[in-house]
Amino acid sequence: MLPAVLLLAAAAANPQAPAPAATSSTTGDANHGKELFMKYTCYGCHGFSGQNGNGARLVPMRFPQAGFIAYVRNPPRANQMPSYSPKVLVDNDLADIYAYLKTLPDSAPPPASVAILSQILRENQ
Amino acid sequence: MARTSVAKAKKITVDRRGFLKGAAASAAVGAVGSVVTGTSAEAQEQVAQRNATAQPNAAAIAADTGVRPVVSSRIVEKPGSDFMVDVLKTLDLEYVAANPGSTFEGLHESLINYGDNKMPELLTCCHEESAVAMAHGYAKIEGKPMMALIHGDIGLQHASMAIYNAYADRVPIYMVVGNHADGAERSSGVQSQHSAQDLGELVRDYVKWDDQPWSLGHFAESAVRAYNIARTPPMGPTLITMAAELQLHPNTQPGLRIPKLSRTSPPQGDSGAVAEAARMLVNAERPMIMTERTARTPEGMKLMIELAETLQAPVSNSERMDFPNRHPLAGTGFANYDPDVTISLEVNDVSGTARAARARNAKTISISSIDLSHKANIQEFGKYSEVDLDIGADAQATLPALIEQCKKLITPDRQRTMQERGAKIAAAHKEARKRNIELASVGWDASPVSLNRLCAELWPQIKDLDWSLVSWQGFISGWPGRLWNFDKHYQYIGGQGAGGMGYGAPAAVGAALANKKHGRFSVSIQTDGDLNYAPGVLWTAAHHRIPLLTIMHNNRGYHQEVMFIEQAASIRNRGADRAHIGTKLWDPDINYAKMAQAYGMEGFGPITDPKDLAPTFRKAIELVRKGEPAMIDVVTQPR
Repeated sequence: MLPAVLLLAAAAANPQAPAPAATSSTTGDANHGKELFMKYTCYGCHGFSGQNGNGARLVPMRFPQAGFIAYVRNPPRANQMPSYSPKVLVDNDLADIYAYLKTLPDSAPPPASVAILSQILRENQ
Repeated sequence: MARTSVAKAKKITVDRRGFLKGAAASAAVGAVGSVVTGTSAEAQEQVAQRNATAQPNAAAIAADTGVRPVVSSRIVEKPGSDFMVDVLKTLDLEYVAANPGSTFEGLHESLINYGDNKMPELLTCCHEESAVAMAHGYAKIEGKPMMALIHGDIGLQHASMAIYNAYADRVPIYMVVGNHADGAERSSGVQSQHSAQDLGELVRDYVKWDDQPWSLGHFAESAVRAYNIARTPPMGPTLITMAAELQLHPNTQPGLRIPKLSRTSPPQGDSGAVAEAARMLVNAERPMIMTERTARTPEGMKLMIELAETLQAPVSNSERMDFPNRHPLAGTGFANYDPDVTISLEVNDVSGTARAARARNAKTISISSIDLSHKANIQEFGKYSEVDLDIGADAQATLPALIEQCKKLITPDRQRTMQERGAKIAAAHKEARKRNIELASVGWDASPVSLNRLCAELWPQIKDLDWSLVSWQGFISGWPGRLWNFDKHYQYIGGQGAGGMGYGAPAAVGAALANKKHGRFSVSIQTDGDLNYAPGVLWTAAHHRIPLLTIMHNNRGYHQEVMFIEQAASIRNRGADRAHIGTKLWDPDINYAKMAQAYGMEGFGPITDPKDLAPTFRKAIELVRKGEPAMIDVVTQPR
């Protein structure tokens, strides 16, 4: 996953690239974001948890809102992550999804604190 | 119309031809009777005629109640199908999986009575696809064919998808299909609908060999030949079309004999080519071994380990159980390990590896029997592979010579270099394993349950058993391979072969059946979409007391397709908000615990809280260890 700032820089350097997403943050509606997360099957690749699956781990969120929107508009690996244009999801929708993702708990305890995983790690050492 | 029929009915005579004509005419009268109205003389005569033919006359009554021969003239003392059983009993077939069908009723009866339902024992299946896929799973564990007995036309078409999977997976299956071959003997209706001029044609594109014997002697020869062809690498399903007439008629052929089953040795690589491969590998700075279906037997795994350790080369293993996943050389090497020589062993499609190698001026070797068995129509062989050294041979059979050649060429200098490389690969392997275990904590408490948590919770409960994973890891992000310790040949059976869904559940049952006699514990992590193709195989597992723990990966949909539709919508600048249409299995949600119970096995769940996994696993494992199948429904994250 590329940092958002690099994505934005790449877009600015390429005259064919779509205009960068709005950079001003809006306060998203997490409830509406949840609806959209489910409706647009984001869970398909990122899990209902936002953490599990083939897609990038979205919890904890490492992007600022603008970076997140830029990423969704023009993913670096388009054959893996489908892009979503403003025709499909406007910036406010993505801000809502972003707000919802920020509410999801980071369910990834330190591996050493999980007895089963610690045991597996010790096997065949 | 009515007038003509009545006129014909008046001409009934007593000879057989006349009787049949009369019967037909009576039927015709009966058929038109419902439209005759009023009380015309013609209509009354028609009714009287029908009543007259419905009553037995005095001669008929005497024939039915008088003195009769002790034995019916219809009895066939020595049917041809008894001899067929004699032939099949020479082939070391433990089981025959079948959904019943009239085209093989003669052999069916011979198997259970004349053959005493032993070697082979009949397994009752609810679908022909299940029967063949069970044989598929069985062969992957046992290393030899199971028999599937298939009904003509309709049964074979039901079975066709499972046959194709087995063909693409290079798995031997011994198939016999019934056929009402003789047009003069078969009746109209279903017997005609279930017969064909050339039944093998329906599946010939994806069976290794087929034949339609025309006599019992011919059957004996073809039956033995089919078994041997199926198990000779490159292995594959074979099919014998068996005429119903041969089964049902008395065996009157004198001097019938059953040919001795001979074993064809698998093809080994040309000695010059093998020597050249050894030279390339020993001189390589970063050799890589890729393998898909090399180890046909446990011996194959030992040879793989010996080759890897001889070369100190990493082994990337997909599909089957060819190499232990915790061996220090398992994996793709250390950072920036761009191989200068890659050897692919029984890899179906080497084109991607070869293309990447050419781009960096590296070399590719392939040892595979796949090129010895291509057919024209189905394109499962993939893209043409531009390899530098292509050895058309069975990889396992060629490995001893390759290892010997490599050992001859290794100088003390090369040995030192190899040991240094091996140490770096081992360190990278250790690091990769640690990283995988750390990643397993992600979504640990998530609900629906994460697959990493599911597999992590299961491992401590089965690791001290003699376990076998009888399902594919592709839909579960490979978590067992990342967390568990696979070091035995029977611990993993790989995937479908041709990507055909509906394989998973029956293949698991077949593999569990093979594991049963060895006292192994079979576990399947079963996808929901796959199970719903033919869930009747759960009943087969319960009925035949096949111990198997099935854990549902219930993500409530055909998840791969959800992602494909998302991509398609995105490319067309449309939303994925309708991607669930035609892909999701919800509304209503399917309750697999109840499904299991309906089919006669214990069912647990649905589990949505990961804390419920461990105690439920304990209960279900206890049942399976007692010899029963059991199922746990776990509602899961998509992948």
